Amino acid sequence: MIPELGQLALILALLLAALQCALPIFGAWRDHRPLMATARSLAVGQFVFVALAFGILTYAFLVQDFSVAYVAQNSNLQLPWWYRFPAVWGAHEGSLLLWVLILNVWTLAVAALGGKLPERFHARVLGVLGFVAFGFLLFSLTTSNPFARILPAPADGADLNPVLQDPGLIMHPPVLYMGYVGFSVAFAFAIAALLGGELQSAWVRWSRPWTNVAWGFLSAGIVAGSWWAYSELGWGGWWFWDPVENASFMPWLVGAALIHAQAVTDKRGGLRAWTMLLAIFAFSLSLLGTFLVRSGVLTSVHSFAADPKRGVFILGFLAVVVGGSLLLYALRAPKVAGGKPFALASRETLILIGNLMLTVAAATVLLGTLYPLVGEALNIGRISVGAPYFGFLFMLLMTPLVLALPFAPLSRWGNADLALWKRAGLRIVGLSILSGIIGWVLGARDFLPLLGVTAATYVLSGTAIYAIKRWKEAPRGKRYPLEMFGMLCAHAGVGVFIAGAILTRSLSIEQDVALSPGQTAHVGVYDFKFDGVAETQGPNWLAQQGTVDVSKNGETIVTLYPQKRTYPRGQVQTEASIHPGVFRDLYVSLGDPLGDGDWALRVYDKPFVRWIWAGGLLMMLGGFCAAADKRFRMRREATALEVSGATATTRIEVVEQNA
Amino acid sequence: MKHALLLLAFALALIVSVAAFAIDPLPFKDDAQRQRFQHLTSQLRCMVCQNESLDASNADLAKDLRHQIFEMMQQGKSDAQIKQYLVARYSDFVLYDPPLKASTVALWFAPPALVIVGGIVVFVLLRKRAKPAAQIATNEMGDDW
Repeated sequence: MIPELGQLALILALLLAALQCALPIFGAWRDHRPLMATARSLAVGQFVFVALAFGILTYAFLVQDFSVAYVAQNSNLQLPWWYRFPAVWGAHEGSLLLWVLILNVWTLAVAALGGKLPERFHARVLGVLGFVAFGFLLFSLTTSNPFARILPAPADGADLNPVLQDPGLIMHPPVLYMGYVGFSVAFAFAIAALLGGELQSAWVRWSRPWTNVAWGFLSAGIVAGSWWAYSELGWGGWWFWDPVENASFMPWLVGAALIHAQAVTDKRGGLRAWTMLLAIFAFSLSLLGTFLVRSGVLTSVHSFAADPKRGVFILGFLAVVVGGSLLLYALRAPKVAGGKPFALASRETLILIGNLMLTVAAATVLLGTLYPLVGEALNIGRISVGAPYFGFLFMLLMTPLVLALPFAPLSRWGNADLALWKRAGLRIVGLSILSGIIGWVLGARDFLPLLGVTAATYVLSGTAIYAIKRWKEAPRGKRYPLEMFGMLCAHAGVGVFIAGAILTRSLSIEQDVALSPGQTAHVGVYDFKFDGVAETQGPNWLAQQGTVDVSKNGETIVTLYPQKRTYPRGQVQTEASIHPGVFRDLYVSLGDPLGDGDWALRVYDKPFVRWIWAGGLLMMLGGFCAAADKRFRMRREATALEVSGATATTRIEVVEQNA
Repeated sequence: MKHALLLLAFALALIVSVAAFAIDPLPFKDDAQRQRFQHLTSQLRCMVCQNESLDASNADLAKDLRHQIFEMMQQGKSDAQIKQYLVARYSDFVLYDPPLKASTVALWFAPPALVIVGGIVVFVLLRKRAKPAAQIATNEMGDDW
């Protein structure tokens, strides 16, 4: 009975979403206030029913209701209760429901916090979000119903994929979806602006904090996924350029470009059309990512063609969203360039170059991800596109961006101070060379680690020089507005990430060793002494657990316990044992028995690997801080008045027109 | 026939797939050879896995191929020769680094073409829109933030 209520709740949510799309947009068109006012109550109503459905599915997992097919497929009696929560989104149907729930959370936030937006604009934004929710609820109900029953109910369920039984899974999908889905808000703002013919830049300021928060969440979600793969898959890598990873990385790249383009439009009035286009692309790529991950097309184009219902639905929805918004864009986008004047050497120019590189990088990732699929579908030979391709091109494309990065904050809007460029540039290059020399003295002799050190120093010292300049020149209290503090965090994050990525890649030592109990493997400067394997047991697994003493120059550092777990359905899962550190991780994972008590083990010394995620988290922090700036706190009248120059009059018109 | 076998192998591999990373101790001559082996196998695809490198895969076929590659290295074969051997058996699909051919021209040249086209657009835009620095009034420049 209760699952049917969940089903009913989803159907009601679908109907409310349809109304949330139609009524406010119609109301805004006819300037009918009561209709526009329905948007908020409909958004709240839809949220209540989606949350109810989600709660009911969670309840079905908690009480182990195996008559619900989805529950039966993804849990069993032995699954500990704390993994029954993430099991809700552990497979297709539930993760789709999570998608819709998170969309509703965003919509609710826009409904609650957007009260000071012009009424018609607010109604349109909520209407567009209603449309997106409608599409996904329809998808869920028609192709991926999480409440479908199997009768008679099996006595026990299958299992949640053991790979997913990890704390990382609890974090990764919700956070990632907060980012993915969050771009729907920037998208809805852009579409609402196009629908209303709101071609000035006011909408951009309203949408900026939303974009920043979504991007921050996406950064955190990607970090969580990377960390999870590192710690769970026993592979020791942190990024494989797998299509599933690429699906989240493309919106991240475009989102980074969008954040900067929005800053230009907000502050200078330029790049208006481009900003709109990026907002559309960022969300379209989120949808495309959902298609790639959820349609089965990645496993094989042929298996997708065999059961295309889901894929075709998302593809159709994608076509409607992308096609519709691009059509609207073509009809309505601002044709006349606007904005304040700028010189060739200016912050605008540098941001434009950065935008170019970020979008080309996103396009490259898209191309490399889709190329094998298209090749397979057209039968022109199967090819693989992997890390060598992506890594090579990505590094080339990011080089100009990294080179320009420290100079963008050091340039004034409109006209950069060339003498300052020269002064700061000399210091940045000097410090970078110095860091390279220090690296050399410390023993790095190869090109790659030295490159990592100098490139990271380049970015970090450039960012620090700007921070110091503000400290000296700006009056106290006005030195670091939150928006700027966010920029400093995110840019420093880029530097930290570069150090982590390049140094891990070039300095890691990995070794597969066969060891008898009592035997020691020497890896780098470390000794790994193997003390044999014993059986151990968890709530729903049996494991063989190795004991490995790690020491350096005879001094014990840590004892690691890598495991090989067997789950109820016979799935085997390695659990690496990791000794984390700021400067290096020591990592042991257990392989197969080789007879006579000997075991195969994989041993890693991974310097600076945590810097990769620390960099990502700094970028996340940057997005959140920037969004909290008081510049974005809306006061309806003040928005129009505080702007100077030519745009002020147009903004007042906009406000009046919408009031 | 070969295709059918491959599909069969693929289906079987999915059933018995184990979420564990390959750990395969091999008696390398020295660290340089080990690193060369790790680098090479990480650039090759496991033919029966969804998307895993030979380096990572625990599938039997991957293990066999790893051992073959190891043997070929002991015989003094170069990376290029080993790749050639694998491509002859499994087609380009085995390479994560797709070779430049008629069918991959777009793959390799679209990104630089995009940079060039985008660069030209940016350049034209800047030529049209950017003004000489002297013409920009001080009050039209932002402050430093």
